[in-house]
Amino acid sequence: MKQNDNTDNSLVREISNEKYKYGFTTDVHTEIIERGLNEDVIRMISAKKGEPEWLLEFRLKAYNYWLTLEMPKWAHLDIPEIDYQNISYYADPTVKKDGPKSLDEIDPQLMSTFDKLGIPLEERLALSGGVAVDAVMDSVSVKTTFKKTLSEKGIIFCSISEAVREHPELVKQYLGSVVNYRDNFYAALNSAVFSDGSFVYIPKGVRCPMELSTYFRINAAGTGQFERTLIVADDDSYVSYLEGCTAPMRDENQLHAAIVEIVVLDRAEVKYSTVQNWYPGDENGKGGVYNFVTKRGHLRGVNSKLSWTQVETGSAITWKYPSCILSGDGSQGEFYSVALTNNYQQADTGTKMIHLGKNTSSTIISKGISAGHSQNSYRGLVKVGKNADGARNYSQCDSLLLGSNCGAHTFPYMDIQNETAVVEHEATTSKISEDQLFYCNQRGIPMEESIGLIVNGYAKEVLNKLPMEFAVEAQRLLAVSLENTIG
Amino acid sequence: MSVSDIYIDLFRNNRQTIDAGIAPVINGCRERALQALSEYGLPNKKLEEYLHFDAEQLFAPDWGMNLGRLKMAVDYTEAFRCNVPNLSTLLYYLAGDTLVQSESAARVQLDNGVLIGSLNSMAKDYPELVEKYYAGIANMERSGIASINTMFAQDGLFVYVPDGVVVEKPVQLVSLLQSKVDMMVNRRILVVLGNGAQLKLLLCDHSIESRNALSVQVVEAYVGSGASFSYYDLEETHTANHRINELFIEQQSDSNVELKTITLHNGKTRNTIFATLAGRGASLNVDGVAITDKQQQVDNYTYIDHKVSDCTSNELYKYVLDQESLGAFAGRVLVRQDAQRTAAHQTNRNICLTRTARMFTQPQLEIYADDVKCSHGATVGQLDEKALFYMQQRGISESEARTLLMLAFVDEVIGNVKLEPLRDRLRRLVEKRFRGELGHCEGCNICK
Repeated sequence: MKQNDNTDNSLVREISNEKYKYGFTTDVHTEIIERGLNEDVIRMISAKKGEPEWLLEFRLKAYNYWLTLEMPKWAHLDIPEIDYQNISYYADPTVKKDGPKSLDEIDPQLMSTFDKLGIPLEERLALSGGVAVDAVMDSVSVKTTFKKTLSEKGIIFCSISEAVREHPELVKQYLGSVVNYRDNFYAALNSAVFSDGSFVYIPKGVRCPMELSTYFRINAAGTGQFERTLIVADDDSYVSYLEGCTAPMRDENQLHAAIVEIVVLDRAEVKYSTVQNWYPGDENGKGGVYNFVTKRGHLRGVNSKLSWTQVETGSAITWKYPSCILSGDGSQGEFYSVALTNNYQQADTGTKMIHLGKNTSSTIISKGISAGHSQNSYRGLVKVGKNADGARNYSQCDSLLLGSNCGAHTFPYMDIQNETAVVEHEATTSKISEDQLFYCNQRGIPMEESIGLIVNGYAKEVLNKLPMEFAVEAQRLLAVSLENTIG
Repeated sequence: MSVSDIYIDLFRNNRQTIDAGIAPVINGCRERALQALSEYGLPNKKLEEYLHFDAEQLFAPDWGMNLGRLKMAVDYTEAFRCNVPNLSTLLYYLAGDTLVQSESAARVQLDNGVLIGSLNSMAKDYPELVEKYYAGIANMERSGIASINTMFAQDGLFVYVPDGVVVEKPVQLVSLLQSKVDMMVNRRILVVLGNGAQLKLLLCDHSIESRNALSVQVVEAYVGSGASFSYYDLEETHTANHRINELFIEQQSDSNVELKTITLHNGKTRNTIFATLAGRGASLNVDGVAITDKQQQVDNYTYIDHKVSDCTSNELYKYVLDQESLGAFAGRVLVRQDAQRTAAHQTNRNICLTRTARMFTQPQLEIYADDVKCSHGATVGQLDEKALFYMQQRGISESEARTLLMLAFVDEVIGNVKLEPLRDRLRRLVEKRFRGELGHCEGCNICK
């Protein structure tokens, strides 16, 4: 078996040895404001971004509400006290006032960062057939590619600060309409200090010709990232949106509290895929990103559709529940998730499907994998309102345990108020099958690769939902994250 | 002033009355309970375990409590309706918390050291035995209900079965509520089974008057190695009767336990089961049926703690909810790190018959061991349209077809009751319940 390790297995070896390969920092000139949070800081962020008065008011309202809240404690997570005054709420790697006008103007250091991240920027994109990318580094959107091609179709894809300037009426109409600033602790915090993020608007009847994609990266030390994404799909439109996240390796914990809002109108369809690979901390649980995210889609239109797909392998602590409010008649919500935790990672993730319209349906497929000393929980709500006749839900959440020091937990909630609803939930928890491992070993596949193979097979149902490029990356990620789990 | 403070005041001001005539074993636990209640209070909706049942609110009204233990005039022959035909039982009545032995039970000579009787008098006669077990597993840090019950407990039932003894006849305990004022009744049951012992316990809750009442009952059951224990709990009261029942059970190795909770008629009910599998190879079956209508509310909460390896637990709860009733089920299975080779399965299936009926379900798994087979499933739905159509096609009326389907639905639980006469009786009761004939049983005096 030893020989095999060196030959066939080279890919897995190569990846395994890399450990967390995104752990570099880039020495880009970054403007970071003083640590701490108060009204002045919020005014300063707002002023730096040249925001209109209404947005500043929105931020201040959120801030004042946030002050009245306490950190939520209900999740199956052990979250250390977070000192919110010891975080810098704004880090701007671009400093140039007007932002880059062409590729040459971008700091070459920054460009090489994205090279390392493997983000296909404009040139490569032209060859590879097209993914429009918005790269958000330390909360500020650095560059959005392919804008022109998109704008010909009337599609708006830009940073949210640009959208505030260029399309204030759209932003004003939809911002905070799905995730209210009063929603929860982190949503309030984000609403107060969010610095950037992506804005997408797909006009009526337009099918977005390419995948839209945003890469998020925390670069500067001592900062938090608070981005905000807003996607509006007008009647009969379609868009597929991808999101990827990485962060440098640091001993301290960094906070990431984002909001994603999606509005889906009549017969529109949105696919939202995430590969979350924030720095998970080292093998002793030191460092890593706290990922406290509020993601929600509002299916307002009839026969609208929203599909969340997520592969969660990073972050020290994940607290994330991408949800669908199914208020349009005949709307469909989907949630596909693979959450993998290793070492001392903790994840409490799942979804909420809130059925309000008639004949709405939702599907939940969640696959949890825990290894090392990690704790991995699924928490999901299926709610069927009084008027949601004919609502249908199917949920399946499976957990796989690798090793005897980890935990896998399932906490589904069902709240049914309509007699015509059909709701099903199934969950299983088990260890990786000895028989399958033996079968692989018998055929000369070494242990580690066998595990990778079995885990990938187990997660296939979800990985299949990812767009092509992401599926490949996700498979590699699963292999890396599983390194040394069974020895 | 919070609700628990009212009870703490009441307790302090009436301490002498409460203690009077009660065994020192029972009185000796009150301080500890008081401490726990002062610290943790009564459970309300802020607790995850009580998300859909505000127990504190139930305690809030000005309930009368018979702390002076005035004798109540209960004619237990009136409770004839809980007679199970063809099932000969050792029948006892609890009027409030006072144990009354039926004539038939009085004639039976208990041998082999089996003790069945009033908790208070047993605690006086066998203080060492009762002290060893009383308020041992009823965890007051964890449950405000156990605290308040222990604070005010005066009497109830005590059953002791020594090692290797099999009690052939099922023990039936009929709890009756009868009072001319709104009453709260506080009962305590302690069951101890030695190694290899066997016992079947049937609890029936009934009420005679239609006054508002709250019954708070805590059951502690210790099941020794290789012992076998069946526990059937049937509630058939009326809409003004509220009940909070908490069962704590601890199982030793290779023991076998069957718990069944059946709610046919009630006001607001909360049944909590805390089961600990403390010995290897123990097996536990927990089942429940709730049939509700009007504004009835049934909340079943189970917590199964797999502490050691090679244990099995199976759980099945079924609800049929009609009109404006509210059902809630939350079950948590905890598999600790050492509990390898655990098999734990949990199922909750529900039928909502109307739009206004509401069901909450939370099956939960918390697993820290890797060599396990655990699953849970939950569904909420309606009766199968195709089956209804099939039956109507064959000349069965729609309402009859519905009743048949509902019977079949709950029979998965009722059908596996091991005592055949009881099973038949339960089937009959459930059928009556579905046909809306409840409270019109032929045997009982009040219904005539």
